[in-house]
Amino acid sequence: MSADGSNDPDADAPGPDAEGPSADGPADLAAYLRAEVAATDFRIVVATMLAVYALFAVFTLLAGGGLNTLGSTWVRLTFLFAAYAILSLALNLHWGYTGLFNIGVAGFMGVGVYTMAVLSTPPDAISGMGLGLPLPVGIVGGMLAAALVGLVAAVPALRLRADYLAIVTLGLSEIIRLTLNSATLSGWTIATFGFGTGGGSGIDLPARPTDALLDTVVGTALVDVLDPTITASVLRRSLWVLVMIGFVIGIYVLLARVGNSPFGRVLKAIREDELVAQSLGKDTRWFKIKVFMLGCALMGLGGILWQGSQGYVSPDSFRPIVTFYVFVAVIIGGSGSNTGSLVGSILFVGLLFEGPRTFGNIVSNAVSLPSAPGTFAGAVAPLASLDVTPLLSYLVGNISAFRFILLGVVLILIIQKRPDGVLGHRTETAAAIDLDRPAANGGGNDE
Amino acid sequence: MSDAPLQVRDLKKTFGGIVAVDGASFEVEAGSLTGLIGPNGAGKSTTFNCITGAHTPDSGTVVFQGEDITGRRPDQIANRGLVRTFQIARELEEMTVLENLMLAPKGQLGEQLWRSVTPIARGEVIEQEAELRERVWETLDFFEIDHIAHDEAGTLSGGQRKLLEMARAMMTDPDLLLLDEPLAGVNPTLEEKLLDRIHELRGQGYTFLLVEHDMDVIMDNCEHVIVMHQGSVLAEGEPEVVQSDDRVIEAYLGEIDV
Amino acid sequence: MVASNTIDRGRTLLREQPVLALAGVAGAVLVLDLLARLAGVEVPLVGDRTFGGSLGMGRFGGLLWNGIIVGLIFGLAGIGLSMTYSILNFANFSHGDLVTTGAFTGWGAALLVAGWGVADVGHLLLVRPGSGANPNEIGASIAQAPLSILIGAAVAAVATVVVAVAIDRAVYKPMRDRGGIALLIASIGVALALRYVIQFVYGSRNRGVTSTQDVNATVLGITIDLHEATLVLVAAGLMLGMHLMLQRTKLGKAMRAMADNKDLALVTGIPTERVVTATWVLGGALAGVAGYLYVLERGTIEFNLGWFLLLFIFAAVILGGIGSIYGAIAGGFVIGFVHEVSLIWVPSDFNAAAAFTIMILVLLYRPQGLFGGVTTA
Repeated sequence: MSADGSNDPDADAPGPDAEGPSADGPADLAAYLRAEVAATDFRIVVATMLAVYALFAVFTLLAGGGLNTLGSTWVRLTFLFAAYAILSLALNLHWGYTGLFNIGVAGFMGVGVYTMAVLSTPPDAISGMGLGLPLPVGIVGGMLAAALVGLVAAVPALRLRADYLAIVTLGLSEIIRLTLNSATLSGWTIATFGFGTGGGSGIDLPARPTDALLDTVVGTALVDVLDPTITASVLRRSLWVLVMIGFVIGIYVLLARVGNSPFGRVLKAIREDELVAQSLGKDTRWFKIKVFMLGCALMGLGGILWQGSQGYVSPDSFRPIVTFYVFVAVIIGGSGSNTGSLVGSILFVGLLFEGPRTFGNIVSNAVSLPSAPGTFAGAVAPLASLDVTPLLSYLVGNISAFRFILLGVVLILIIQKRPDGVLGHRTETAAAIDLDRPAANGGGNDE
Repeated sequence: MSDAPLQVRDLKKTFGGIVAVDGASFEVEAGSLTGLIGPNGAGKSTTFNCITGAHTPDSGTVVFQGEDITGRRPDQIANRGLVRTFQIARELEEMTVLENLMLAPKGQLGEQLWRSVTPIARGEVIEQEAELRERVWETLDFFEIDHIAHDEAGTLSGGQRKLLEMARAMMTDPDLLLLDEPLAGVNPTLEEKLLDRIHELRGQGYTFLLVEHDMDVIMDNCEHVIVMHQGSVLAEGEPEVVQSDDRVIEAYLGEIDV
Repeated sequence: MVASNTIDRGRTLLREQPVLALAGVAGAVLVLDLLARLAGVEVPLVGDRTFGGSLGMGRFGGLLWNGIIVGLIFGLAGIGLSMTYSILNFANFSHGDLVTTGAFTGWGAALLVAGWGVADVGHLLLVRPGSGANPNEIGASIAQAPLSILIGAAVAAVATVVVAVAIDRAVYKPMRDRGGIALLIASIGVALALRYVIQFVYGSRNRGVTSTQDVNATVLGITIDLHEATLVLVAAGLMLGMHLMLQRTKLGKAMRAMADNKDLALVTGIPTERVVTATWVLGGALAGVAGYLYVLERGTIEFNLGWFLLLFIFAAVILGGIGSIYGAIAGGFVIGFVHEVSLIWVPSDFNAAAAFTIMILVLLYRPQGLFGGVTTA
């Protein structure tokens, strides 16, 4: 399971070596070096993942869980890695590459998921109403809708200062959420076609297409063999996770190509100094609009694969906090680097998002703390008699609050002490080829 | 109408009541090295910004190669072959020198998003990148900055940044190059080198408009000099003529008094 | 710099003329519609839509009054946000959580004084985190225990100032030379940490706080809510005090100078760090009191109350022009009225969206604010 994370080394070595122009000695050497660097990135990602898997394996063992629990934990982790990876890759395209400070990620996700839901949810769903179109139509529709909302926002907003763009996108994302939450639109129909969002009670979603695989002959056989070591439910979820990992790889390759191209070079120039890019003849408006739409479409896709794959979604899944999670992932990994976004997602999910809670569970099981006091006063008062147990159990009982505090503190520390992210400063050259001096000319030509 | 490639007529620009450029008119002849000088606040930089599209003039026209480019966007003007550098070097800090130069050339296929990601089209992009790489290395050699090719631009010295800016502007293959104080803050050795390069390029047929604060540089290097004062053209002509113009001397002396 | 800004503004205005015109027309139609409704005139349009309708003066007056109440809260909290935005040069996303800090610390003190002996100290100081004496038993209302309410307001101000200054020293001070975006991101971290420290200490329950006994009084035949009246008096008083401070004192002048032009202020020898501290002290105090008064009016408290207010406060500040405290006050009223009066036209689940939409439109088409963009500190 774990190695499936990204078992295709080519995924991390985009384009160039396969398409390098010539095959003479030095070019081969260059290709070799390039592959080496790419492999280093690949290794960093895999090593980080394995480390987090190992950590959770220890957690599971400490908690006395069996193989199925471990599998379930790993599947859950991988699911979240993949979800955050897609979103942080998209955000990195906006912010890391182009310097567009978009903090409306959750809103674009919501547009994607809800469009998909309205297109593909069966008309007779319990909550919300849909057209019952095939799922691929829904997914593409969701991405297009997110891109279109991005376009509408982008045309006027992209000339704004970064901090204004931040406030505009946050406001937009809240408007989207409030609209989805609205009772007025919950049962909306146009000429008997249902476009209802379900309002605050949410909307039912189409089933994951991979679930059907387990109902085939092969699938049932597989379930029979593995059960009860690995239950059907874990198997079902892991199939979907494989699909998501496929998407992560695809998006990584896509964005690596976008970045390693003249297009990506202009994006970087816009981030560094837009007037310079313009003075060199680049119509930066179109670059920004295109990149904003592409990123928004990917955010929509990320939302669909994540929130859209759980049978049901409500507007609460698109609170601004989700955007901040993605931001933390990008910043931890170092904005501007796709590999960094992957590493950041893994670390965020493993250490900040899931870690504290799992750790809290283990502590509470192991130490068998008395039930947590209901209030902070009840936790602190016994300190007078040097009894720390109530405080400890209060801490464990409120580990979710503690997790957010940790998140905030980590964000502050990283931006203060390590603004380039955990991987440090990286130079990722934006070009479709290696820019070293072509060896054929040998540098003899000085004029 | 003359056939000078750059013709500026009655350019006017005010900022909240302060008149920065007040009816400036001049021409830059093809193949010339023209100098634009004037005391601080004479309106040189604003004129520059109006020509290159960073500012929109209030009135007046800018004609480049027979086409009215007044009020066009900076990228439209640059694409017509009128390219500028900045007074305070604006290098793209977190991009390497190589990336800075690779960015500049016009008509790059890979600047289209679909080409950069689609398998077959990307092959053409890669071919073009290889051609550009050749030119980039030639330019690096020409400006003698090949040893810092892989450095990030933000780590360069002030003089190196000026060289990088000029090299980057040359990569766009401009018809006319507007250099905004290319020698400010550059040490004498490097200054010599930069001027050599300018003369050499001029020999190859490029046209230059050079804004400088330092009168000596202009007088020693340009064959045509335009003097601006209080937003309009005070005098123009050959260096010797301009130098002995009473009004010019007064304008410069006036500045010294201040 | 100034010059190019002016140009951009001019150019923007010219290009966006159609949008401004459209906004003007839409506004005029709404005003006409409102007048028609108040006059009881109804003209049928398409389908079941009508122009005009009926709207009682009483309901309209009620909406306006509510607009003033929330407008004062937005404005009061907005002053601090506007000051930090212009003087420290970043959008502070943790400002809403300073508002929450004031609400909890202030009400902890108020309940402690009002309910001394009624319930145990922990229950009171933590603002009723669990079951125990109810608000009416504790009796924290302006009618029953006016002193406790005032003490609470003072504690809200002081505690928020302490928290704001401490955060500045720990987080923002080491980053003074960094750009606005780095500070903005740090402030998101502060917002998260602060909000959940509050949740950790005070709990996540949304609970009642104020006593409702005897808070309605009839003056000249009009029934008024004494808590709302207190809010209006205190908020207006603080705004007036702020005005006098800025106009009359040396510190106020220094702050205005720094908001206008930080570099110039540095050159002219204004002690920046002292002005920065003063900014946090004043902004923090007003934010804390705003949170405290907000709870006085609505009667309930929860840990993400300030976070929910944040976008409205931003809207007020942006509308008034970032950097202007008078703008923040005026912007607060506009957003307050939009929030309440828009209920005449839109369902109640869209009035917040209406306020955010106005904020976005102003940012897009009039980023210098509705009132001209002259920064008066």
